[in-house]
Amino acid sequence: MGQYIVRRLLQAIPLLFMTSLVIFILLQSAGDPLATMGGRVPPRAEDRERLRRQLGLDQPMLTQYVYWLIGNDWVMIDRDGDGEGETPGTRRGVLRGDFGQSIVTRQPALQIIVDRLPNTLILMLSAEILVISLALVVGVISAIRQYSLLDNILTGFSFIAFSMPIFLVAFILMYIFAVKTREWGLPYFPTAGMFDPAEGRTIAQVVWHMVLPITTLALIGVAGYSRFIRSNMLEVINSDYIRTARAKGLQERTILYVHAFKNASLPLVTLIGLDLPFLLGGAIVTEKIFAWPGMGRLFIDHLERLDYAVLMGILMMITAAVVLFQLITDLLYTWLDPRIRYN
Amino acid sequence: MATATSQPIKIASIEANHKTRTPLQMAITRFARHRAAMMGFVLMMAVFLYIIIGSFIFTEKDANFNDTSIRLMPPSAEHPFGTDRVGRDIMARTIYGGQISLIIGALAVIVEVTLGTALGAIAGYYGGIIDSLLMRFTEAMLSIPSLLLLLVMAKFFSGQIPDVHLFGRTFSGSVVVIIFILGLTSWMTLARIVRSTVLSLKEQDFIHAARALGATNSRIIIAHILPNSLASIIVAGTLGVAGAILSEAYISFLGLGVQAPTASWGNILTEAQEFQIIKDAPWYWFFPGMLILLTVLSINFVGDGLRDALDPRSDKKV
Repeated sequence: MGQYIVRRLLQAIPLLFMTSLVIFILLQSAGDPLATMGGRVPPRAEDRERLRRQLGLDQPMLTQYVYWLIGNDWVMIDRDGDGEGETPGTRRGVLRGDFGQSIVTRQPALQIIVDRLPNTLILMLSAEILVISLALVVGVISAIRQYSLLDNILTGFSFIAFSMPIFLVAFILMYIFAVKTREWGLPYFPTAGMFDPAEGRTIAQVVWHMVLPITTLALIGVAGYSRFIRSNMLEVINSDYIRTARAKGLQERTILYVHAFKNASLPLVTLIGLDLPFLLGGAIVTEKIFAWPGMGRLFIDHLERLDYAVLMGILMMITAAVVLFQLITDLLYTWLDPRIRYN
Repeated sequence: MATATSQPIKIASIEANHKTRTPLQMAITRFARHRAAMMGFVLMMAVFLYIIIGSFIFTEKDANFNDTSIRLMPPSAEHPFGTDRVGRDIMARTIYGGQISLIIGALAVIVEVTLGTALGAIAGYYGGIIDSLLMRFTEAMLSIPSLLLLLVMAKFFSGQIPDVHLFGRTFSGSVVVIIFILGLTSWMTLARIVRSTVLSLKEQDFIHAARALGATNSRIIIAHILPNSLASIIVAGTLGVAGAILSEAYISFLGLGVQAPTASWGNILTEAQEFQIIKDAPWYWFFPGMLILLTVLSINFVGDGLRDALDPRSDKKV
């Protein structure tokens, strides 16, 4: 087992290396980060040159990648443009925990990401928990009552929800629960931000502001998950050991909720394990519509400015989490299903 | 003697009663019996008719004609879907935007299917080091969140492709970019499906027979293996169109997709995302949003029906 874990982690190194190199090259050649600096007044040509040298953007792309990866405190940087390095570099590189500096705010990129992470996690994890619990109810019910009216309604509904563009869901919810309910004099939900600045960031405020974005995410999420649970449950219900359980006279409820459900939820563990790391990236569209200050919005805002330190930080964090969660999921699975062994 | 002559007659009568049907005919029957699939098919045709007939009624000039004196007008006889914030007719824009969205969906899937099938078939057929390299690459692509990757690529290519002139119309270069990057970021699942069918097929006797007859590797792949994985390719491709239309809508919605003045269902909604417009001009986002929903829904139904229809084992009573 120990050997297996080590081998998997070693395999992850080239994967992370390849991904980081490709994304780095894409981002570096996507445009000039200096073009949007200085707002409306474009910087003068000589200022541009100086900035470019200061930020290290004058270096060849692969050199920049190496500096990003392992830092540049072992070389002399040419800051005055005379072709000779005289200032010692200060960056320590990603491998030593330095994700570089944001071009936009001049803060460490890692700091910017870590500041935003809780906002995204609170939104995405609450949505995920709601999605899984609702999907379990919907999926199990429609499997037990296969082809009944209820199953057909739930199936039709999840097909529609699954095909909905997420912004349409968000707009409809906003229109009904923020615009119309207000007109009718009913309580209405906020549509922007995490809290009312006048009230401050209290738990009640954040929960209140989360209602609409979470409902949006849940409607779409439940549709996919419940279909998955339904088909797993159906497969298990029709298997031999369930027939045995029936034959020996167990109560139908025990059969369904103890015998069948346990095995049917196994593949769900994989699905959740593979989905969890992607929650880190936030929900770009939902966060943008509801002005939620999370990772998705951070990404799109900094993509506009081509702030590669922050963008690389976000993407590499998610990719590393994906690799890690895949491993955890696989290990968890051997524990849940003893028939599976890795060698 | 008598029995010997009656034998062929008996067989002929059996054939007359039970017409042999080709697999394709059986698939069509299964598809036609699938209620949701037929509903999806009818819905899909309705969307096609809308954007085709519509383009005879409105010209592309109408779709881009702005009249600021009629900004944000609610639906009326003259403008059935209302007008947008520079006074353009939203119905005309959904018609031309729909053409762009559907073209992007279809062409992106062609890129996706070509890449996915080629890489999957090569990895599965040749195995060994080629297989592990290609599969590691597939894994790497799958471990990056697809929407983030799409946005990075959209940014990378933005403004690099000049406008395209086709059939007397001008398409923004961004349309080509979107088709290309949607294809480039979505082939992975299909590659895995194709690879696994190729793996299970390549050790079968008819492949050995083909090789013994001197068929080349590429002929074995194209003429013998791929036709056998056609069903899963068709299903994945159909569902891929729905996914591509949604992805196009998302990146256009975020402002990195199809660029104005070319309309697409996604970028009509970009302009509609201010709270004032959501509140005061619901027609602005409702109609393009519903068209995306109906299109994606119909394609998903058809894809689901095709999955059942093309699976020979699913010949149960529907």
